[in-house]
Amino acid sequence: MALTREDVLHVAQLARLSLKPEEVDLFTRQLNDILGYMEKLQEADTAGVPPLAHVAPLANVFRDDAVKTGLDRELSLQNAPGREEGNFVVPRII
Amino acid sequence: MTESLCRLSISRLAPLLASGQVSPVEVTEELLSRIAARDGELNAYITVDAEGARAQARAAEVRLRRGEGTPLTGIPLALKDVLVTQNLRTTCASRILENFLPPYDATVCARLRREGAIFLGKVNMDEFAMGSSTENSAFGPTHNPWQRDYIPGGSSGGSAAAVAADLCIGSLGSDTGGSIRQPASHCGVVGLKPTYGRVSRYGLVAYASSLDQIGPVTKEVRDAALLLKAIAGHDPQDSTSVPAPVPDYLEALGQDLRGLKVGVPREYFGPGLDPEVEAAVKEALQTLADLGAELLEVSLPHTEYAVAAYYVVAVAEASSNLARYDGVKYGYRAEGGNLLEMYANTRTQGFGPEVRRRIMLGTYALSAGYYEAYYQKASQVRTLIHRDFAGVFEKCAVLATPVAPTPAFRLGEKVADPLTMYLSDIFTISANLTGIPGISLPCGFSALGLPIGLQLLGPPFGEATLFRVAHAFEQATDFHQRKPDF
Repeated sequence: MALTREDVLHVAQLARLSLKPEEVDLFTRQLNDILGYMEKLQEADTAGVPPLAHVAPLANVFRDDAVKTGLDRELSLQNAPGREEGNFVVPRII
Repeated sequence: MTESLCRLSISRLAPLLASGQVSPVEVTEELLSRIAARDGELNAYITVDAEGARAQARAAEVRLRRGEGTPLTGIPLALKDVLVTQNLRTTCASRILENFLPPYDATVCARLRREGAIFLGKVNMDEFAMGSSTENSAFGPTHNPWQRDYIPGGSSGGSAAAVAADLCIGSLGSDTGGSIRQPASHCGVVGLKPTYGRVSRYGLVAYASSLDQIGPVTKEVRDAALLLKAIAGHDPQDSTSVPAPVPDYLEALGQDLRGLKVGVPREYFGPGLDPEVEAAVKEALQTLADLGAELLEVSLPHTEYAVAAYYVVAVAEASSNLARYDGVKYGYRAEGGNLLEMYANTRTQGFGPEVRRRIMLGTYALSAGYYEAYYQKASQVRTLIHRDFAGVFEKCAVLATPVAPTPAFRLGEKVADPLTMYLSDIFTISANLTGIPGISLPCGFSALGLPIGLQLLGPPFGEATLFRVAHAFEQATDFHQRKPDF
């Protein structure tokens, strides 16, 4: 299942990335190389094998539902590229 | 003239600090001078915090004088720039976090501060820990102190180079697919990836959350045991940290290896393994046998699928984790006519090519119609690899293998070919897929004088056994005592 230039542009859009024209060819080639190698997985016999998402010997980690102070508003905003009156500022949406 | 204090390990410096023969201020000043004079040649540091280090050194001096020190009080360390440090710039070697000032400390940093350790600064890495050479840094590559035109390994290349070149006493790195062990191997130092869940990941900037783990990079095995003891243990802030007691790892040091079963996986000694690496590792196996260990050939039959499974899982998790860099809450923001343009411009200008490549791969692997073929299949293969390891650890206490198929390669050699770079992770990634601990330690040198590492892998929470074997090997050899001509 080779990736076309259009596929690469579509994936970039899904990932909120834009590509320069010369990068589209480079990425198409490199992603196809890598995905081609990943085809090797199809050779493995996984019939009836459950997937493994993580390896921590833990399940249902609970904590008390206690009220506690979170990160201070000023600290939360200290790295914001845009802020106003204690809020994050983003480009106009509506 | 006496030996420079910079050359000391944690274990050799600590008693000098405790007895008052050396002051933390003195050793910190020596290191800061050496960094200022020499790091231009290596580019191991992204940020040096001279003022902060001096203040911590003075505080450590007072604490030691009162007799209230710990073995880490007054020890100057370098932290990989993926660990957030309160009010000390943390970049992840990315333009997108170039000016990020964390409002809190990672749990490991807070624990080291409590011990009285000194933070010299933040060291270089592949951007967001994605890479095997520290060439993917927005702040330029780090050079290998043994041969300046070779890579130091990655992604924790700054940690390994700084430790090898005596630009710090010890360091913390992070390991998602070998990022502690492989640079340690390429720079001739010790690097440990702990069991998944052993060390809190709170404040470790996330790359692939089911694989990431923080661990020490040090000049000797005992130092790694000391650092692990300080940073390990349950943390309520990380729900994947395991509430198992932390053993006294130092007790494992000095025990002999008689009767200990060391497995040698045959799949790790096949074609593609550099003959010099093979010879050094085989000689290391013989040393272990001479020390009384019983060598036993074992098989990990699904090894051939490990790189493919690993890169599917890692990029899938990365694409999700890195969605947070949107130019809104923190980090770099590019202008755009509307919100979507702002997102795309920010991420395109803020991330380097390898990060964008992995985000795209992960986005594709998780997208509708491809999820089953990639992510689901890789997660099933992950189970098979997990079963392989569970099976061999019923027969042996540890596995001994190479760390990387070759010694360090030349800067620039693999930059244009990401797949070849990925394939070089073959011996280290299974530990991350299965969550087991692994340690890398020096076991030889190539004809060019580049270090070669031995990897020991253990069952989950088997760090004490790894330290026992690594320490016995270290005591029987002198590879760790050789220093680069730097």
